[in-house]
Formats: sequence, structure tokens, C-alpha cells
Amino acid sequence: MANEVVDHGRRRFLTATTAVVGGVGVVAAAVPFIKSWEPSARAKAAGAPVTQSLKKVESGQQLIVAWRSLPVFIVNRTPAQLAALPKQDPRLVDPKSNGSSADQQPKYAQNETRSIKPEWLVMIGICTHLGCVPNYVGEMKPEPFDPDWQGGYYCPCHHSRYDMAGRVYQGVPAPKNMQIPPYHYVDDTTVQIGVDPKGAA
Amino acid sequence: MANAFVRWFDERAPGMAPMYRKHMTEYYAPKNFNLWYYFGSLAILVLVNQIVTGIFLTMNYDPSAAGAFDSVQYIMRDVEWGWLIRYMHTTGASLFFVVVFLHMFRGIMYGSFKKPRELVWVLGMLIFLVLMAEAFMGYVLPWGNMSFWGAKVIVSLFGTIPVIGGHLVEWIMGDFLPADSTLNRFFALHVIALPLVLLLLVVLHLAALHEVGSNNPDGVDVKHGPKGNRWDALKPADGIPFHPYYTLKDLVGVGVFLIVAAFIIFFAPTFGGWFLEHDNSIAANNLLTPAQIKPVWYFTAFYAIVRMVPSFAGTAVWGVIAMFGSIAVLFALPWIDVGPVKSIRYRGTGYKVGLTVFVIAFLSLMLIGTDLTDVLFPKLFGADIDLTTWDNVFGRIMTLAYFGFFVFLWLYTHLGWEKTKPVPERVTTHD
Repeated sequence: MANEVVDHGRRRFLTATTAVVGGVGVVAAAVPFIKSWEPSARAKAAGAPVTQSLKKVESGQQLIVAWRSLPVFIVNRTPAQLAALPKQDPRLVDPKSNGSSADQQPKYAQNETRSIKPEWLVMIGICTHLGCVPNYVGEMKPEPFDPDWQGGYYCPCHHSRYDMAGRVYQGVPAPKNMQIPPYHYVDDTTVQIGVDPKGAA
Repeated sequence: MANAFVRWFDERAPGMAPMYRKHMTEYYAPKNFNLWYYFGSLAILVLVNQIVTGIFLTMNYDPSAAGAFDSVQYIMRDVEWGWLIRYMHTTGASLFFVVVFLHMFRGIMYGSFKKPRELVWVLGMLIFLVLMAEAFMGYVLPWGNMSFWGAKVIVSLFGTIPVIGGHLVEWIMGDFLPADSTLNRFFALHVIALPLVLLLLVVLHLAALHEVGSNNPDGVDVKHGPKGNRWDALKPADGIPFHPYYTLKDLVGVGVFLIVAAFIIFFAPTFGGWFLEHDNSIAANNLLTPAQIKPVWYFTAFYAIVRMVPSFAGTAVWGVIAMFGSIAVLFALPWIDVGPVKSIRYRGTGYKVGLTVFVIAFLSLMLIGTDLTDVLFPKLFGADIDLTTWDNVFGRIMTLAYFGFFVFLWLYTHLGWEKTKPVPERVTTHD
């Protein structure tokens, strides 16, 4: 054995192929471990759609339901609140939700009221600044933070303000309008959050 | 009997005694170490404290979203001496960073990162990085409201990465919000994975150091100086055995450190909300955000950098890049500062000014990150100033100063602008 001539080319080839095959094996073996960090089936199930009846939500009231553990605001907006919406446009960052906030709602909610039915606002109640939950300040009366308050949301963390359609005002830290989740109406008084309407993608 | 055992052991593990001598009684360290050289051994002391107290905390801690908060209260109230063990762990975490920051500053000031100690520095930076991950995950475990929202904000930083960001956040949390799965994996990483990595890195850090030998406040290499000392004719004349000389010196440091630590643990364990935040005494609540979300003090300088960099081209990723860059640039320090003189004692005026500006910038970023500027600025400049603008202007200047130090240092040493003083042949305190 010791006297045989060493075939270096063959040795290099064997070393390289062993290393490559071993490397592929390591990568393949890593896949299950990395995938194990994905949201589990149980977490995804908890992220399943939420169905909510609207029958008992009076005009001007807000209901908070949890969807994917996120607070979802459901508001029955009053005619006065709705009438005030267009008047806010000059003070907003993205009134038509087609600029920086273009991805903050499904296409079917990209309108003046940011909703399917004008009076019903369905929105994820998370401030777009650092993820706090803004307070619902629905009454149209002068507030310390805005003498001309027309109803909306006020974030206690860094004082971001939104109107009654979750559209962010200018001059506050939050960059975008609050997010509208996918949702649709199962019937006239029942809404399902987490599923788009049929035909809309 | 004892001799017989030593002989029996020596025959079976002949390498142990020489290894002990190499790293302890025959490791010749420069004789002129000063106060700044306490912090390496103190870091080991705190690491041991964290491991021992951590092991005992796991015995009563319940790593689940439903049970974590209550189990920490249980440790604090019902477990005998549980409060002490937990306060030793939480105080240790903050003091770890105090010690490590001072240790790193020592390395910068005396040029301990320079050739031939680049590897020692890089391994030390890796320790720092792992330590930050360790501290962040430990902070989440009590599952108070600050734990929850801190986790949400910090993990959301990864969400700013274009394209993959959103999915990455879900992958890190294992859910759509910080949840049971997040807490479980952070617990596993905090008590098993990262401590193992940390211990390995500490061993490598010390092994790399002992290979090249310690630097000293004069920045002269005792290995290149005259040979021959009281113990060995071939070893550096300006070196003394690590044991017993520096073990005893370090013991004095340990004594002082333990007095300070004990004072904090017994009289001010929350340190006025700096070591343990008040909002974390409220259980995690995904529908209620604390009034102010800010990281623990040791992260504030880096976190301030995130806040100071504005969104650009429709993404907020630049702030996150700048934050990671502020740490990455430290890794590269041995190749940024190539000045031949190590110690600040013999370096040019430009270096001294630059380092001072760097320290001011770092401390100022800490002020901004802790929101102390929101208290300070109205007192200094009147109550009716626009805080956001002031914070941004001040913070951006300081962010530029932080990075500017490294740019300056590169130009200063690569282009030969530095006018150094003559470096002595031997350490200045030799006899």
C-alpha cells in the first residue's frame, strides 16, 4: 500500500464530492428545524376567520373582536361621523388610500369610507407607528389634542391621530392609515373577518 | 495518599497540569495593568452568576404564555429566597453590560484590538452580539406587558426588510403576534442554545488572548521586550504570573463589585425602573399597549439610531441597517484604525478628540433612546419647543458623530495624518 503512487486527482475528486454530498445532507437536515419555527397548525387555526353578528351594535358604538389575536374594531358609524369624513381630506396624509397606504386595505375597501358598507367600519386597531392600540374617541367635540375634533382615534403612545375611517392625520408619527382586514358579509347583519368576498381576490 | 492520587491522575491525564500552568501560573501578563483591567474577570464573574441563578430560576419558571407571568410572581413571593435569586439575575444582566461596555472601551482606548489581537477582538464582539440576543430573550420571559410589546417592536424591526420581512416576523414568532410559541422558543434559546454558544466563545476569546499575550496601558508588547524575570529566564522581564498576582488583584475588584451589586440587589433592585421596568409588573396584554415603549438602558443607544434614520424610498429598513451597521463597524475596528501606536497615551491629539466625541455621541444616543431628552430639552430650552424636531436634530447629529468617528479614524490612520508621541521601549512602571 505505502509504495503505491497516490492519484491526487482521484483523491481531490473524492474529497470534493464527499464534501458536496455531505453539505447537501446538512442543508436538507436543517430544513425541518427551520420549518419548525413557522406558525404551527394550531396557531394557524387560531388565525381562522371570525364571524360576528352586528345586530346589537348601536349607531356610534364600537365593538372589538379578536382575529389572529389582533384587536379588530367594528364601528357602526353615525350619519354625522360619515358626513365629516370628506371634510377631513385636506388634513390627512393619504385621504384616498392610494399613496403610501395603498396596501393598507383590500381593493374593495379602497374608497372614501374604507369599507364595504359605508356605515360599518371593520379595521385592525393597531397604530401604524409602533403597534399600539389607539383609543376610540367618537364624539365630535373639541379635544385637548384637537380643538376641531370630528371623531376618530387617538393613540396614547405617541399621540398619532386618525379619523373615523382610520385615515392618519398629518403631523403625527404614524406613517399610514390603519389596516383594513379582508372581510365580507355572510348575510345582512353578519360579518366574517379573514375571508374576502366572493369574486374579489 | 494525596500524592498517590495526583500521580494516578497525572498518569491518565498528563496534559492537565501543563495546561493549568500555561494559563495560570506561567501565563506572564504585563505588570502594569490598571483599574481598566478589572472588567474582563468581572465579566466572567457575572457570567457565572447568570448561569447559577438562571439554573435555579428555571426550576420554578413556567415557560408558557398562560403561566410565565404568574410563575415569576410565584418566584418573587412564595419560593424561599426566590426574590434574591431573581434580583441577582436581573441586576446581573444590567451589570453585565456595564462591565462589558467598560471592557470594550478599554480595548478601544489602549488599542487592544490591534495586530496581533484582531481575533481576540472579533471573538469578543461575537460575545457582545450573543449577549445582546441573550438579554433581549431573557427580557421577554417574564411575559409582562413590556416583555410582550418589547418583543413585538423588536421583532417587527425585521419586518422592515423588503419582500421577506412580513414572513420573517411570523417565522421568528411562530405566530401572528408574540405568543406561547414565541415564549417557548425564546426560553429554549435563552437557557440552552445561547449560553452554550456564549461559553464556547468565552473559551475561544481567552484561548486567542493567551496565544498572543495581553496588551497593557502602554500598548508595548512585553514579549518583544527584555527577557528574564524572577520565575523564568526566558519569559518577559515585564511580565508577572497571572496566578497568584492577577488573581489576587482581580479578587479586590470582585470585592468592590460585589459590594456595589449587593447594594443594588438589596436596596434598589429595579434601579428606579432602569433595570426592571415598572410596566413589566403588569401581565402581557395584546390589546393594551404601555404608554411608552422603550428598550432597557443598554440597548437604547442602538435603538435611538433606528429612530433617527428616516424612511426613504418607501421603506423603513434604513434605520435597521444603520443600527446593525453601528455594531458591524465595531467588528471592523482593527482594519479601520491601523495606526501603529496602540495606547491612547502616545497617540495623536486627533485621536483623543475623536474618541471623546465618540463617547459623547454614544452617551447622547443613550439619552435619546431612554427618552430622557424629552425631560431635559424643555428644562433647557423652554416648555414650548417642538420636541420631535429637537430630538431628531440632536439625534441625527449624534448618529453622524458615532459613524463619523470611524470614518475619521480610517482617514486619520490610513492617510498618515496622525502625529504620535514616542512609545517607550518597556512598560513605564518597570523597575
